[in-house]
Amino acid sequence: MTTTLIRAATLPDGSRADLGIAGGLLVDPQDLGTPTTVVDADGLLALPGLVDMHTHLREPGREDAETILTGSRAAAAGGYTAVHAMANTSPVADTAGVVEQVHRLGRAAGYTQVEPVGAVTVGLAGETLAELGAMADSEARVRMFSDDGHCVWDPLVMRRALEYVKAFDGIIAQHAQDPRLTEGAQMNEGVVSAELGLPGWPAVAEEAIIARDVLLAEHVGSRLHVCHVSTAGSVELIRWAKSRGIRVTAEVTPHHLVLTDEEVRSFDPVYKVNPPLRTQEDVHALRGALADGTIDVVGTDHAPHPSEHKCVEWTAAAMGMVGMETALAVVSHAMRDLDFSTADLARVMSTRPAEIVGLAHHGTLAIGTGANLVLVDPEAPHTVEPDTHETMGRNNPFRGRTLGARVTDTFLYGTRVFADGELGTPLAFGEAGPWND
Amino acid sequence: MKHLLSTSELTRAEAIDLLDTAEQMSLVSTREVKKLPVLRGLTVVNLFFEDSTRTRISFEAAAKRLSADVITFSAKGSSVSKGESLQDTAQTLSAMGADGVVIRHSGSGAPHRLAHSGWIDAPVVNAGDGTHEHPTQALLDAFTLRRVHAGLPASAPADGAVGRGLDGAVVGIVGDILHSRVARSNVHLLTTLGARVVLVAPPTLLPIGVESWPCDVVYDLDAAIRDHPFDALMMLRVQQERMHEAFFPTAREYARRWGLSDARARALPGDCAIMHPGPMNRGFEIGAEAADSPRAVVLDQVANGVSVRMAVLYRLLTGQSTAASGREGQS
Amino acid sequence: MKQRTVLDGAEIHRALTRIAHEVLEANKGPEGLVLLGIPTRGVPLAARLAEAVARIEPATDAGALAGALDITMHRDDLRSGRLRSAAPTHIPGGTIDARTVVLVDDVLFSGRSVRAALDAVSAIGRPHAVRLAVLVDRGHRRLPIRADHVGKNIPSALDERVGVRVQEIDGEDSVTITAAGGDGR
Repeated sequence: MTTTLIRAATLPDGSRADLGIAGGLLVDPQDLGTPTTVVDADGLLALPGLVDMHTHLREPGREDAETILTGSRAAAAGGYTAVHAMANTSPVADTAGVVEQVHRLGRAAGYTQVEPVGAVTVGLAGETLAELGAMADSEARVRMFSDDGHCVWDPLVMRRALEYVKAFDGIIAQHAQDPRLTEGAQMNEGVVSAELGLPGWPAVAEEAIIARDVLLAEHVGSRLHVCHVSTAGSVELIRWAKSRGIRVTAEVTPHHLVLTDEEVRSFDPVYKVNPPLRTQEDVHALRGALADGTIDVVGTDHAPHPSEHKCVEWTAAAMGMVGMETALAVVSHAMRDLDFSTADLARVMSTRPAEIVGLAHHGTLAIGTGANLVLVDPEAPHTVEPDTHETMGRNNPFRGRTLGARVTDTFLYGTRVFADGELGTPLAFGEAGPWND
Repeated sequence: MKHLLSTSELTRAEAIDLLDTAEQMSLVSTREVKKLPVLRGLTVVNLFFEDSTRTRISFEAAAKRLSADVITFSAKGSSVSKGESLQDTAQTLSAMGADGVVIRHSGSGAPHRLAHSGWIDAPVVNAGDGTHEHPTQALLDAFTLRRVHAGLPASAPADGAVGRGLDGAVVGIVGDILHSRVARSNVHLLTTLGARVVLVAPPTLLPIGVESWPCDVVYDLDAAIRDHPFDALMMLRVQQERMHEAFFPTAREYARRWGLSDARARALPGDCAIMHPGPMNRGFEIGAEAADSPRAVVLDQVANGVSVRMAVLYRLLTGQSTAASGREGQS
Repeated sequence: MKQRTVLDGAEIHRALTRIAHEVLEANKGPEGLVLLGIPTRGVPLAARLAEAVARIEPATDAGALAGALDITMHRDDLRSGRLRSAAPTHIPGGTIDARTVVLVDDVLFSGRSVRAALDAVSAIGRPHAVRLAVLVDRGHRRLPIRADHVGKNIPSALDERVGVRVQEIDGEDSVTITAAGGDGR
């Protein structure tokens, strides 16, 4: 049996310790005997493997943008041991068949644990509930459902979805965007959009849906997850809902923690994203909310696009940014001036997302759980070069920026899928192991 | 000045220099030979992704009077292929040796993208992009206004305006500010030149964020006419499609509240010029009396458009990339 | 830096007076004359030449004689060098057709400015004749052009600078010549 000793790593709480891996699980290093492999982690942080609640792997349907294999490799390079693949594929992941296909392709790739997200409504059309129970019962064991890219706008459909998934402890992840208030929208509505003459995407279009949804969640006693929160007003609403005991969790993307709508002045579509980049005031509020726990998790909303959808004029360009491979560095950078420890980083990027979706083998470095962890060099200034990234998407808005923290190694159930800054060997999911639990 | 993408990029000196050059250009049309040799051997490409016969013809006339060869490319692309065709077209034009590109596009920022994407290395003139800017329209408005403000005829070449700004002028812009590239360009340019701008519009047709603009904003046209000694009132065209998007209840109500009716035209100061970027919706945003009054300078605006566009092409295509130095203060 | 003055204010005044006599003599009087200065310093020189003509022929209105002819748009070096702003063209009496145009410039050097001026003239109308008056001819012609009236011939080396200053623009009247590497004007 392959055994690994990770020596002298710095844990999220600041202590230094050795970590032992055997049989895909974390074990007491005293019990290892002579390890097959020893990894010197002196000076490196060991975090539980990152969990992304929000990514777009594009397969099936848009394999020119990303495949489950390339997206999984990007996840490994970014330190993610589990990623949730959004349902807006073609065909839409609204049946057990499609989610099982995604699940199987993820296992075949072997670089990260691919968790398919099921669509809430058939074809993301917002009208008829998809077979949520069938997807939950499938091999993919879907627990999170989202029409991401589209808002579940009809309040009655949303209410039913929230209620229905209680049967299998599911969660609805809402893309909060009032469609009527955002028809033709191209960027945040405000001072910059007024000047640039681009149709605005007002903050209220997000906030109105969040306000409605938290009240619905309270009424029916269900869990609600709010995707990519982008405004200061949304933060206030979520804070209020949590103070009332409503079971709402919230997510923010790395890019909304750093970039503002001032970037749009360049008319470079790499900055075109949905929800749009907001103002500096919103960025401040989001950082504060992530630090104080109002916002629970970071989700990348990794959205690769082929260059012909980005190398065009703004109004014709697709919305979305890639982010898995820069997320950790960007979040560390964004939160550097706040009271935000390594433990907090592990909480928002790994522990909380794993708890919300119920991944017992992720989000923890406890003995006996899956050996899913990432080693990070906290002080490794490097320039972001999207052309060298594993994702097929080159639409990384941080191109050319210098960031500090860098992922060096990713262990997926003990398999070193990313080793010393290079892609490693994939995990054979087909074999017996704790990943089948 | 390598490109002309937005009036917000123009300094006062650059703007005055362009207007002064346009005055020289306007003399050309009075001469025996209505042509200058300055762009001989150069090719100007008119790249029109959106129909606009008036603007296209104006740019064509301007380029031809400067002896340039003109290629017009009308590509009213579908929404899907639009992006690709901009890049492909730009690279094709570059390979063919275009020395200047005049672009009109329905998407805000397309000229900016063309100028800064590296697809082509020629000067780019924005001939109107989406609801962003229409800088040559603003320049011709300022050019016309400058003559009027100096007490000169709007239509005749006049050295009397040379070197001057629009200091002290009060200009009202009335109508659909939200969707108007003309309004955006004018707010920047007219204030840069020293004028005070008052926007008059229904609240639904003002952009959120307008309070950051260097101008006054009022909702009531009658109050605006009462409170401001306008030197010029610019009536914007209301696009037909807005009538069906619930920006205002009915066309009749709009005309009643924001149209330049005969009574309102009579309430304006006697020397107030009436402007319109054309084409006018008579009986809607502008009444017959105002449209046909001698104070209406609508046709002068059209004529002056050629001179202004000649000045812009001359400035950009003679290849001088250093910052323009205006002659203000020297003469 | 080595600079010497070759004409002072009084000498410039005398030269212009002499040119005025020559112009009148060649034209057999002030009839049909129009004096067009080439910007920048040709313009005030044309105005002064007109005043000199008016002193000789008191019935003449100096203001109706002198104008300005911008040549910027006809230059052959438009696309190189520094940015040039066009100056106003002013034709006294509104037309040059059938009149005798005297082009007035400060320095005649390569002849390129005069070529551009001839193009500019033909774009405006069809004069009876075009003559050229310059304050200084420094030689080194590149085109088959010569002046009809010259204030002073100043043989110069190619790398020397000839600087003309006029009261209306520079606050004093002088013509100087500066050796290579010096700062003229």
